[in-house]
Order: sequence, then structure tokens, then C-alpha cells
Amino acid sequence: MPEAPPTTAIPTRAALFTGYLRIGLFGFGGVAAWARRVIVEERRWLTEREYAEVLGLGQILPGPNVGNAAVMIGRRFHGLAGALLATAGLYCAPLIILIGLCLFYDRYGQLPAVAPVMNGIAAGAAGMVIGTAFKMAGKLKLRWDALLVLLLATLAAAVLRMPLPLIVLLLAPVSIALSLRQAGLIGGAPAR
Amino acid sequence: MTIILQILLTFSILSLVAVGGANAVLPEMHRQLVELHGWLDDVTFSQLYALAQAAPGPNILVASVMGWRIAGAGGMAAATLGMLVPAAVLAWGMAGLTQRLRGSAWLKPAQGGLVPVAIGLILAAGVTMAQASYTHGVMPLVVVAASTLLVWRTDYNPLWMLAGGGLLGAFFLT
Repeated sequence: MPEAPPTTAIPTRAALFTGYLRIGLFGFGGVAAWARRVIVEERRWLTEREYAEVLGLGQILPGPNVGNAAVMIGRRFHGLAGALLATAGLYCAPLIILIGLCLFYDRYGQLPAVAPVMNGIAAGAAGMVIGTAFKMAGKLKLRWDALLVLLLATLAAAVLRMPLPLIVLLLAPVSIALSLRQAGLIGGAPAR
Repeated sequence: MTIILQILLTFSILSLVAVGGANAVLPEMHRQLVELHGWLDDVTFSQLYALAQAAPGPNILVASVMGWRIAGAGGMAAATLGMLVPAAVLAWGMAGLTQRLRGSAWLKPAQGGLVPVAIGLILAAGVTMAQASYTHGVMPLVVVAASTLLVWRTDYNPLWMLAGGGLLGAFFLT
């Protein structure tokens, strides 16, 4: 079944900033889920695959993968201004909220009594992150060997608690080799 | 060397070893701030980590909170810039590199190879968050499951799920 060609729109500079502002503001418990939602579903700046590829690159670089993706996506659309606007948008709302929390902490020596609310939100955020991973894996129609790599990465990080740099170092070369082999670029395997 | 410069330097180094983001760099951050520099004690480190979790946004901003505690507003600025700028410069360089290599046949497949690893680590982050919420009983797991289904199978705005989880938490998790 041929998929409808995904239509993407080039964001203006202002849209780049406000889009990332939204990602930062709603990104409780990490921003990966909101970043994908805003960029792929709501604003359609990138297709599912394009976004996953940028995120993949962001993953092997130091720093938060979504932060790295913001720099790369910003540069792609509007060069240096784009990279700065996307990054500023991503961090500005959380930083303002953090300053408020720090002031509260300095004054009263404890966190505001929001722990139970935050725990409930964290549970919702956890499901959001898990659901996002499922959704991406499904929409990208990953092959079985890619799914195996995906599950190995999850197992290594969530169950074995291996350091993330080590996981990336071990799995990325294998996964890249599998992908190149699938494309018929190494190993002489047929492309299909 | 003033403390602000020391903070800037320390977090710049942390920035460059933070493959995998905040959770990956947390042990090294603890070693640098608590054990090497003695800027914070164990309890404060944990409390500040919890405080950073209460705000939205990338978890890496835990660095900003630590900087604040060590040296006030200047410390916060130094820690934030130190943590963000070196990684962002690398990402900028990488974006340029991929633009230059766009014509080559192996770039797309090679980049595609990183996708399963990235998604696997996102899934792992979700599972770890779910495990943490389970320490508050079974109720949060119901929220986790509902939220997973909502985001996976529908396109509804997940903000409702977060709000619902927060409400539930306010009434049942106290």
C-alpha cells in the first residue's frame, strides 16, 4: 500500500522559536516525547524518518539528544539564527521555572509541596515516553534486526543499567553495519 | 581563578562526556561536584536533582540548579552555558558535516542505523521512569499504561494525560 507522501512545511524563524518553546514548557520528565509530537505531528517540519535520523545523530553526540537535534534542525532551516532560536526556545521556559523553584528553595529550605502531583505527572510522562517509542518503531516499520537492536539498547539501559556511552559505543557500529548491509553497501548482501 | 570560571570549566568538561544526556552524566557530575570540588554534600546533591525534576524541559538543566546552589545567579549562568555550549557546538559541526555529505550513498543508511539505538534508549528512559513511579504503589502504573496507550494508539494531546496524572497524584499519592 503506497503511503501518502508526507507533506512537510518549512518553519519561519518565529515558528521555530515558539515550537521549541512549547516543547520545553510541556516537557515534564524529559522532552523526547513532546519534541516528536510538535515537530512531526503538529507542525510537520520533518517526516517521521527525517526526525528519527536527526535524533539518532543527536544520540551519539554528547549532550541531550533533543538539544542536539534542536541545533541541527535549527541550522537546517535557518542557519545560525535558526540554531540559536530553537535552542533558546527549548531552554528558556524551563530555566525561568527553575529559577522560581531555586528562589523558593533558598527561602524555605525545602521543595514546594508538589511531590505527589509531580509523581502523578511523572507516571503520565513515563507512559508518554514509552508510547512515543512504540509509535516511532511502528511508523518507521523497522525490520526485525533493527527491532532486536532497539530491544538490546532498552535492555542494556533499563535492566542492566549499563552506562549509556558504552551502549552507544557497542550497539551503534553493529546497527550501522546492519543498515549499510541492508542497503547493499557492504558485505555483498542483496538490497532486498 | 574565580569560582564562576571553575564552574564554567567543570561543566564544560561534563558537557563533552554527556553522551546519552543528563542521566548518563549524573555519576560523573556527582564525582566532580561532591567528591573532587566539595561544592555540595550528598544530601544537597540529591535534593537539587529532585528539584530539577519538578521543572519541565531537558533533564540536563539539573546542571543549572547545581550551579545556582554553588554560586547563585552567576553560578547558574556558568553551569548552564558550560553544559550547553560545547555540546551545541559539536551538534552544529555535525549538522554541517551531514549537509556536506548529503550526496553520498552511505550517509542515509548509516544515519538510519542509529535510529533503533535512539528509540531503544527513549524506551529505556520511559521504562526507568515507570519503575520509579511504581515505588508509589500500583496506581501510577495504571496511569503509565493509560498514557502509553493514548500516545501510542491515538493522536490526542498528551497534556490531558499529564494533567490527569497530576490530579490523581494530588488526591491519592499524598
